[in-house]
Amino acid sequence: MAEEEKRRDGLVAEIEKKITEAFEVFDRESNKTVDGREIGCIVRSLGCFPNEAEVQELLAKVEEPDGFVHLENFLQVMTEVLLDRRFQPIPEDVILHAFEALDGNKCGYITKEDLVKHLTEEGEPFTQEEMEDMLAVALDPETNTLHYRDYRTKLVVDETKTFPFNV
Amino acid sequence: MGSIIGAMGCSSSVADRRSENVIRAAILIQKWYRFTMARLEMRRRYSLSIFQSIEYADEQDQLQLSNFFTFMLDHCTHPDSVSQIFTSPSAPQVVDEDLCLKEFEKKIDVPDSYYGPRLSFPLTVEDANALLHAFRNEQLLHARYVLQLLSETRRVLKEMPNITHLSTSYSKEITVCGDLHGNLDDLLLIFYKNGLPSEQNRYVFNGDFVDRGKNSMEILIILFAFLLIYPNDLHLNRGNHEDYIMNLRYGFTKEVSKKYKDHWKQILCLLRDVFSWLPLATIIDSKVLILHGGISDTTDLDFLNALERNKLKSLMRPPKSVRNRQDQMKKRIPTTKSSKHIANQHVAGKTQHISSSGFTEPSGSNLPQDPALKEWKQILDILWSDPRSQNGCTPNKCRGGGCYFGPDVTAKLFERYNLKMLIRSHEFKPEGYEISHDGKVITIFSASNYYEEGSNRGAYIKLNPELTPRFVQYQVSKFTRRQNLRERVGTIESSALKSLREKIYAHRSELISAFAQYDINGTGRISVNDWAAAMESVLQLELPWRMLRSQLAQMNPDGEVDFMSCFYDLKMGQPIKEAQPALAETLCRYRKDLEIIFNIIDKDHSGLISLEEFSQTWRLFTSHLGIDIEDDSIDKLVLSIDYNRDGHIDFNEFLEAFHVVHRLEKKATS
Repeated sequence: MAEEEKRRDGLVAEIEKKITEAFEVFDRESNKTVDGREIGCIVRSLGCFPNEAEVQELLAKVEEPDGFVHLENFLQVMTEVLLDRRFQPIPEDVILHAFEALDGNKCGYITKEDLVKHLTEEGEPFTQEEMEDMLAVALDPETNTLHYRDYRTKLVVDETKTFPFNV
Repeated sequence: MGSIIGAMGCSSSVADRRSENVIRAAILIQKWYRFTMARLEMRRRYSLSIFQSIEYADEQDQLQLSNFFTFMLDHCTHPDSVSQIFTSPSAPQVVDEDLCLKEFEKKIDVPDSYYGPRLSFPLTVEDANALLHAFRNEQLLHARYVLQLLSETRRVLKEMPNITHLSTSYSKEITVCGDLHGNLDDLLLIFYKNGLPSEQNRYVFNGDFVDRGKNSMEILIILFAFLLIYPNDLHLNRGNHEDYIMNLRYGFTKEVSKKYKDHWKQILCLLRDVFSWLPLATIIDSKVLILHGGISDTTDLDFLNALERNKLKSLMRPPKSVRNRQDQMKKRIPTTKSSKHIANQHVAGKTQHISSSGFTEPSGSNLPQDPALKEWKQILDILWSDPRSQNGCTPNKCRGGGCYFGPDVTAKLFERYNLKMLIRSHEFKPEGYEISHDGKVITIFSASNYYEEGSNRGAYIKLNPELTPRFVQYQVSKFTRRQNLRERVGTIESSALKSLREKIYAHRSELISAFAQYDINGTGRISVNDWAAAMESVLQLELPWRMLRSQLAQMNPDGEVDFMSCFYDLKMGQPIKEAQPALAETLCRYRKDLEIIFNIIDKDHSGLISLEEFSQTWRLFTSHLGIDIEDDSIDKLVLSIDYNRDGHIDFNEFLEAFHVVHRLEKKATS
């Protein structure tokens, strides 16, 4: 039992260090505080895959009245999240299916209009900035369509290019 | 899954299910998109973090070089010693007050083949336009005109008080710009967007015009030209980089010596003077204080206004009285400098702090009233300090000079001098500006793409007569098509990682011994935890090591780090057989410093220095750093690089050998 506990403690310590690192990247003045609006970014860069509502829920647990978040509060909450393996990322092919679901005619691409309609009006709508940014990368300017297989592949390639060693 | 927006119209259940799927798909895509964007943002942030940490660490290392010069000047008694070159008059005494425009005209000839601007004094707007036009076309201003311009600028600056007082009463708005750091494109962009300086268009430039960028000289020429044409409407404050010792390290000296092969020493000599005559601060309507760095809890504006600012040519060397006292303390208290192990080398110099506190003395208040010391500290504080959100005033350990000052310090100063706002620069800001201390302190930074293409915007402030600031942001781009976010982050990240890998390579021996301490069984693998701890303690950089690990080292399936893989893709430019690994590494680490030193020694700019000079310099430098390297290994090395056995070394070739090469680097297209 003691062996188990030691292992768990080691794991917790390791997780806490990871969380602290990610937190400190956004800690502008090195005073163990970040702006609450950056929490979504921090949580996601730790490998979690929450939706906006879930981010807000988390934020509500750690945010101070002045909108800032202190490391100690965040550590507590976030360690639990990571230990419980909440907000696990979904596999790449599920994203592909999602794009396919938007592709009514199953032709391999989605028109700009449809894309904009779905992503800015449904679910947890994109802001105009988010939509524009996605279109800037994803849209084929000549046909005004998104070829989602290529887009996905391109992004996957990008990620592995910057991580040349096996994770 | 959150709320599901009901489908409209169709009542068929298939359609319902389909629209339900569509909505679920949309949510998934949105979630996934935000996930990838967040990771992109993290990469962007840690890249900037890498740049900043390395920059600040370099600034601390800068102390080494200036201490070395001090060391050489104060302690070398050997008659043939290399330190002679610092004191021997190799150039005519340009600092002479009586030298005027006519002297330069007589002494320096401008050939007919020169097609650049020919300035005539007093300068007019036509001259300024000619300069702008020439610099846009990458022409150089002839050395004679440079010297004349500098001489005139010094004459005009001398008349100005330490603190300039301006009033908004008769002009529309005053524009305040921050650090430019040799980025000519930014200055041209500002003039394009905001108009050229004139009586109706007043400007304050808040220091750090030079270093790092490649057009520091051109920026100075333009700013000084406008200063001469509109002395009441273009104002300059001194920054911490308007300092000849900083310039030795951060590129300005090198820029001048390359552009003006025959007259660089004269130009730099005159510039040393001009910099020291730059005003220290500007106050608008007695309410807005503009200075380069910040303030401290002892900042005394009246004292600052009264002192003789031109006495302090460089802030990197404390006044002689302080140095004497520090030397006495050094003799009494042995420092760690005599350590024989390279592994401990990084300790030397790291904790030094160029403030009045010296090595073991407490800060200012307990010291006897040494006026030179007080002057030095006051100016150091206003040129080097940074605002922070915590109250209080603490030594600025990141920079090694000045303080961190909190909102309470700001509030007290404002109360004492009845101020409303502090505008300062000195710190990189991704958006070009930042507001802190509850709106009281503004940081303005005007060098866009400071670290790398796409790293940040620049900005300037428009202050109206109500003293409400308005910010204008911009970003220069060398690509005709603006890179998208992903491409920009990719560029910044690879550049940052490259710098970091060079640092890793330069500390190879120390890192290997640190790793070895964790690797008890000699397997070549250690835990991520231990790896991160070793990296942080050796490199002294506060970075997210675990997040960076995948880009820096390989991990095996058990989750352990193969620590030697850190060095796999890095090697030296040319292998030099005779060099001990430790020596080679040291040369690598101090390559930039050595380059500067050699350039100074090389009086005739031939690119060659004698073996003797090289040996001597090298010995002095390493003994100053406390590095123990066997004498004969240096001799062997030196002989091996004297390829043609003529007793001279082409030091550029030599230093090239110690340039870190990245195996995966794309071939340079030069």
